[in-house]
Amino acid sequence: MDSYGISVKGCDLHYGDFHALKNISMEIKEHRVTAFIGPSGCGKSTFIRIFNRMNDLIENCRVTGDIIVGGEDIYAKNTDVTLLRKNVGMVFQKPNPFPMTIYENVAFAPRTYGIKKKNELDDIVEGSLRKAGLWGEVHDRLKKSALGLSGGQQQRLCIARALAAEPKILLMDEPTSALDPISTGTIEDLVNELKQQYTIVIVTHNMQQATRIADETAFFLMGEVVEFDDTNKIFTNPTDKRTENYITGRFG
Amino acid sequence: MRKPIDIFLFCLTWGFAALTLISLLFIIIHVLINGIPHLTPTLFERRFTTDNVSMFPAIISTIFFVLLTLLMAVPLGIFASIYLVEYVKKGSKIVTLIRSATEMLAGIPSVVYGLFGMLMFVEFFGFGWSLISGSLTLTVMILPVVIRTTEEALKSVQGGYREGGFALGAGKLRVVFRIVLPSAIPGILAGVILAIGRIVGETAALIFTAGTIPQVPQELTQSARTLAVHMWALSAEAHHTNEAYATAVILLLIVLGINTASAVIARLITAKTK
Repeated sequence: MDSYGISVKGCDLHYGDFHALKNISMEIKEHRVTAFIGPSGCGKSTFIRIFNRMNDLIENCRVTGDIIVGGEDIYAKNTDVTLLRKNVGMVFQKPNPFPMTIYENVAFAPRTYGIKKKNELDDIVEGSLRKAGLWGEVHDRLKKSALGLSGGQQQRLCIARALAAEPKILLMDEPTSALDPISTGTIEDLVNELKQQYTIVIVTHNMQQATRIADETAFFLMGEVVEFDDTNKIFTNPTDKRTENYITGRFG
Repeated sequence: MRKPIDIFLFCLTWGFAALTLISLLFIIIHVLINGIPHLTPTLFERRFTTDNVSMFPAIISTIFFVLLTLLMAVPLGIFASIYLVEYVKKGSKIVTLIRSATEMLAGIPSVVYGLFGMLMFVEFFGFGWSLISGSLTLTVMILPVVIRTTEEALKSVQGGYREGGFALGAGKLRVVFRIVLPSAIPGILAGVILAIGRIVGETAALIFTAGTIPQVPQELTQSARTLAVHMWALSAEAHHTNEAYATAVILLLIVLGINTASAVIARLITAKTK
C-alpha cells in the first residue's frame, strides 16, 4: 500500500441486464480532489460506489475490470471489505448521522475496529471533529443527540465520522446538494484543507463547485467517461464536443 | 352553495365519528357506574374465598402471564423480524411463506388457540392446566402481532443509516444491532403494548390452557386465572355480577395505565434520540 491513488482499467458494471458503466479506465491521483460531473443517471454515483464496494449491497450488480485501490485489487477474492471501507471513507448526499449522541457517532468507526479505551476514543473524537471544523461548535454538547444539529453541521459530523476511521481516501457523493449556500461554502473550504492528507473523490451536480474545488474533473455521460482532465482544461478548453455542450448548459 | 348530497354525507361521516366516541364513552361510564360502588376492600384480600371473591390473586397472576409471555414472544418475534427484514433476499419464497403464515396466525380465533394449547401443551407435553401452558399458548397467539409491528418498525428505519454504517466498515450484525434496532425501538414498543393488551384481555385461550383456579401460582405448572378470566368466571356464575363489574373497573384502569405508560416511554425514547 504505497501510494493511495485509484487505478481503474476496463471497468464494466451491470445491474441485471442493464449495462450501467461501460469500459471505464481512469487514474485518480493521491492527495488530489477529483470531481465527477454529468447529468442525472450518467453513472457517476454508481462509479464512486465501486471504490468502497458499496455496490455489493445491491442485488444483481456485477462489476468487472481491474480496480486497484492503494495498490490492491479490491475485487480480488480475498479482499477484506471491512478493511477496504476503513481505508476508503464515504460521505453521502443526504446527511445521515446515526440517531445517537455526537460523540457516539464519531466513535462508531474506531469502536468497530476494536478501540475500547476511553482516552484513545476521546482523542480520536476530538481530532476528527477538529479536522471537520466542527469541534468549536459542538465540544460542549458531545453527549447531545446528533439529530439536533443543523443540516450543514450534520454533514460535517458525517465527514468527522468518516475521518475517525483514519481513511486514506474520502469519497463524497454530492455532499452539498441538500445544503444551503453558506454550509456548502464551509464544506468546500474543508475539502480544500483535507486534500493535504486525503485523496478525495467527489460527485457533484454543481459545475461551479467542481471548478472551485477539483484539481481534476471527469465528465460522465450514459455510463461512459467522455473526458477526464485538469479541471481548468475541462472547463475552458474541452476536447470533446459533448463536454462543451454540457458545461455551457446546452443539456443536462 | 352546498348541494344536499354534500350536507347528507357531512352529517353521515360526522354522525358515525360521533357514534364511535359515544360507544366508547358509554362502555366506560356504564362500567364505572356499575362497578365503582362495589369496589370494596374485601375484593382485594390476599386470599380468594367464595365469599370475598377477591381479585387480588388474579391481578398478580395477570402480571405473571404478561411477563412470562413477553419473555418468550418478544425476543422470538424481534429476531424473526430482523431475519425477515434484514437478512432474507427481497422477494424470496421463504419470506412470502412466513409472512402469509403470520397473517393467518393473526386471523385465527383465540378459542382455536385455546384448543390447540390444550392438546399441545396441557396434554401432549403434560404441563397440565398451568401458568406455563397458558403463557406458551399466548406466546403463539401474540407472536404475529410482535413480528408484524417489528417488521414495520425496522422497514421504516431510513436506509441512510444502514448505508452509513456499512460505509464505515461495520458488519451486518453491528449495523443491525447498534444502529437499526435502537432506532426502531419506539415502533417495536408499540407492538409490545398491543401484545400486552391482547394478553390482558384474553379469556378463551386461557380457560382451556391455564384453568381457572383463583390463586397466586407458586410454580409454573400451577393453574391460575387472569383478571379477564376472573371476570368471566364471576359473571358466568351469575350471582357475582356486581363484583364482575368492580373487576371490570380495575381491568379498564390497568389497560389505561399500560397505554399511558407506553406513550410516555415511547416519547422518552424518541426525545432521547431526536
